[in-house]
Parts: sequence; structure tokens; C-alpha cells
Amino acid sequence: MKRRALNTVSPGAGAAIHVVFILCTLACVIPFLIVVGVSFTDERIVMRVGYRLIPRVFSLQAYKFLALDIQQIGRSYLISIIVTGVGTVVSLIMTALYAYPLFRKDFPYRRFFAVFLFITMVFNGGLVPFYILYTQYLHLKNSLIALILPYLLNPFYVIVMRTFLTGSIPDSLVESAKLDGAREITVLFRIVAPLALPAFATIGLFTTLMYWNDWFMSLLFISNRQNVSIQYYMLKTMQNIQFMLQNPSVAFKVNRSAMPSETVRMAMAVVGIGPIVVAYPFFQKYFIQGLTVGAIKG
Amino acid sequence: MAGKKRSFFRNLISSRELLLMLAIPVVYTLVNSYFPMVGVIIAFKDYNFTQGMFRSPWSGFKNFHYLFAMQDAWIITRNTLGYNLLFIALNAIVPVTLALLLNEIRGRMLKKIYQTSMLFPYFLSMVMVSYLVYALLSPDTGVINKEVLPLFGIHGVRWYNEPKYWPFLLPIINTWKNAGYTTVIYLAALAGINPEYYEAIASDGGGKWVQMRYISIPFLQPLIIILSVLAVGRIFNSDFGLFYQVPLQSGSLFPVTNVIDTYVYRALTQTNDIAMASAAGFYQSAVGFVLVLATNLVIRRINPERALL
Repeated sequence: MKRRALNTVSPGAGAAIHVVFILCTLACVIPFLIVVGVSFTDERIVMRVGYRLIPRVFSLQAYKFLALDIQQIGRSYLISIIVTGVGTVVSLIMTALYAYPLFRKDFPYRRFFAVFLFITMVFNGGLVPFYILYTQYLHLKNSLIALILPYLLNPFYVIVMRTFLTGSIPDSLVESAKLDGAREITVLFRIVAPLALPAFATIGLFTTLMYWNDWFMSLLFISNRQNVSIQYYMLKTMQNIQFMLQNPSVAFKVNRSAMPSETVRMAMAVVGIGPIVVAYPFFQKYFIQGLTVGAIKG
Repeated sequence: MAGKKRSFFRNLISSRELLLMLAIPVVYTLVNSYFPMVGVIIAFKDYNFTQGMFRSPWSGFKNFHYLFAMQDAWIITRNTLGYNLLFIALNAIVPVTLALLLNEIRGRMLKKIYQTSMLFPYFLSMVMVSYLVYALLSPDTGVINKEVLPLFGIHGVRWYNEPKYWPFLLPIINTWKNAGYTTVIYLAALAGINPEYYEAIASDGGGKWVQMRYISIPFLQPLIIILSVLAVGRIFNSDFGLFYQVPLQSGSLFPVTNVIDTYVYRALTQTNDIAMASAAGFYQSAVGFVLVLATNLVIRRINPERALL
């Protein structure tokens, strides 16, 4: 028997592996392609033959209909961008402000503040006191702050950041900067932060994704039209479907054209998913790098 | 005594800049996390909005008596634990298998394509996932009902009204969304194995199975255990969107989609039943607390670096 030079699997097994992954790839991509396909299909065809991957009759109808709603969609996009941008920047600063003192070995209270943070990881008050705090005490109902504030400090990221700093910043660097008379805040943002860029990038990426995809806080706190983010707008569009599903008799009585149509819903999904698809190639590259650096060691 | 005091002040002064730095995140944590911790007392109160969290009258364990007298308490506990156990098992088996297979692919380009596409669902919000699922399962227009099932002579399955399908659908959707991410983690771990180990076994005539059995899997084992144990610590918490939005909040599916998180949310915002919501929420927090501490002890025994403290 001849041994294969590079210690590879047999051609048969190799082909089987490729079949498995081609199926996985299709399973992950096809639902999305169906949504795109339907959004470009003529509404009457969809009602007759159902959703198809490739449009039988191509139509821009759905997007023209969405264009009528351009003000709300544009506004929702703006809300999402503001919340994501502000949230990510502020939470990175907060994470750095907490992680840096914990990383300093000469800081006498590091154990206390580590435990202070640790407690929030093992016990949380749950949804009800949180909701009452935000609505009754902070009075943040319908405020954009209510979408940003809850996620500003993730203890897990503080630990990841601290671990990264401990592993990559020599103590002597901080000491020499201090001897030169630099203030702590200067040391953090001028000397340490540039060296910790990979950690900032990874945490920033995760935070961006989290803010962009969040709709739960909107569900809890937003009831006006002005502060509806793009995710929440998609959720509300979907709720019209639920209404029809749960009240089949109503669906027939109500004028069909007045309800959001099937293709418009799918076009809405395409509009909402757009930025993720555009940013994805860039995102996933750093994401995988970040995972292999942060998650495995941290 | 005096010396101790002096060193206390010296510490305070020498680290004043660092303390000042911590002030913002610490105040934030006090408000955002510690205040709600104290707020769990409302589970033991007869809460009303006018008197608020602290002045509402105490009611002892009354709220819990009501909660556990209802069948809902049993259903949400069963659903939460059942689904999460299933998710933990699937989230170990599927990604490990995929990572082991992916590791055998030599073509860098194809490997990259597979990995990239499998990670894609992880980046989608649950609202987005609910759209994708609807495109497949919509009773009148969905691909499954219109294209796939007619091939087998089946017509008109009311996916959003029939509870029996969801104990299968939810684990599939959850795996679909998260397996790619976990696969990447395992794949990164596999990349850290010294190829000489494999070559040593190969030169002794050991095939791929032997290599997986004696090198790859033992090497991944600690990571599998740690990720699973961490998940056990969170077993009382669910992915809210998966159970709330993906089944489109369909009432007839509640027996199989209602978990503690969705129950608390609905009691709080839809039926305004603060008593039930806070009791169920406290139940979740308290059991979660015990589980996180217990699992943390387990992790400390396996790998101290992974433990929280």
C-alpha cells in the first residue's frame, strides 16, 4: 500500500467532506438569496406560485413602494447609525477606563474593583427592576439614551482588555512614561491604547455588531415613531404579518393593497440586511482574527 | 495604627488619577447593574407604581406562591431547560464535527469560502432571522410549503399554528445561526496542534480516524468542556429573539416556545403583572447565580485561567 505523501484524506472521503460543506454553505446562504429573489419578483406571481429563488417576472415594484416610505426608512437608518456609533465609541472608552487600572500592578485597589465587576457577572437583577429603573427612575422612555446606556460596559470585554494589556504592554513602558511626568490618562490614550489596537478593534467590532443588531431595548422603551431603529422598524413590519396570521378572517376583509405586501416585506429585509452584507467581508476577516486572539487566550 | 492610616492615605493619593479614571465606569455599574440587584426586592413586595420600588408594602412569598401554583411555571422551566440542554449538546457536536472535517480540507480558497458562508448567519439579528424563516415557512407563500413538501405529496402545513414542529425547528435554527461561530473557535484551536504529532502517527500507519481519536479530539476536549460548562451556567437564560420573534409570537405556539425570558417580558409589558414578572425574574436570577458559581468552581478545577476569579 502506498502512503499518501501529505497525510491527506482519501479522494473519496475528500469528496464526501466537500459535499458536506457545499450543503452547509447552501443552507447558510440560500434563505438570504430567496429573500433577495422574492423582493425583485412581481407581487401577483408571488401570490400565485409562492416564493422562488429566481424571479419568474422581474419587478422593482416592491422597492418603488418602499421608496414612498423613504423618510421613515432614512430616519431609522440614521437612528441605528447614531446609536451604533455613539454606543461603540463610548463603550470602548469605558472599557479602557476600567481595564487600565486593573492592569496596573502598582494599583492598590485592583482586587476590590475586579471583584466589584465580577459580582455583576454572576448576579443580575433581571428584567423587571431594570425596566423600572429605566422608566420610573431615569425616565428614559422613548429616549435614544435608553438604547445606548444598557450596553456601555461589558465585564467580559474588560477582562479581555486587561488580559491583552497584561500580555502585551511591558510595565517598564508605563513606568518610564510616568517618570517623564505623563498623567495616567495620557499614558492610557497616547501610549497604551495605540499598542492595544488589536484588542480595541476586536471589542469594537463585537460592540458595533451588538448595537446594530439590537432591537430588544427598542421593544422595551420605544413607542413613538421618531426613534425607531432599522431593526425595530423591520420588527414592526413583521408584526403586520402576525396580525394577519392570527386573524385570518380580518386578512380577507381588509383591502389587500392596504396591507404591506409579501414582496415589500422581503424588500424591507433586503434594505435592513444591506449594511451587514456590505461590511461582512471586512468584518469577518477581523472577526476571525479577533476570535483566535481574544477568545482562545482570554 | 497611625502608620496604617498614613499608608491608606498615601495609597489613596498616589492612585488618585487611577481612581478618578474608574469613577465613570464604577458609577455607571452602580446604577446600571447594582441598582437592579437591589431591585429584586420587588419580587417580595406588592408593587405599585405610585409607591415605587422601596415604599410598596412587603408581601413575603405571596408572589412566588401564585407563580408556582400556575402550570406556566412548570412549562417555562421545562422549555428553558429542555431547549438549552439540547442547544448545548448540538453546539458541541455539530461545530466539533465541522471543525474536524474543515481541518482536512487542503484547498485554502475553498476552506475560506466554506468558513465565510457558515459564519454569515451569526451576523444577522434575530429579526432578520425571523424574515428568513418566514420566507421558508410562510403557510401560503413559503418555499417549504410551495416547493419542497408538494414533492412528497404534503400540502398546507400551518407552521405557525402547530406546536409539534417547533421543538425541532428551534434547535435547527439555533444551530444554523451559531454553529459557524463555534466552528471557527474550534478550528483556531486545531490550528494550534503541532503537525509533527499527526506525522508521527501517520508514519506508524495510523489513518485519519486514529489521528482524530488520539490527537485532535483529546486536544479539543478541554475547550469543549469549558464552553459547555459555561453554557450550563447560563442555562436559565434564553436567546429572547429566538423564542419571541422567530415564532412570530404566535399564541398557539406558546406551550413550546414560552421560556422564562419571554414569560417575564410578556408579564411585564403585555399583561402588566409586575408580581408574576418579578417573581419569575427573581427565580431566574437566583438559580442563575447558583449555577454560575457552581460552574465557575468546576472550571477552576479544569483550567484556572478560564475561571472568573
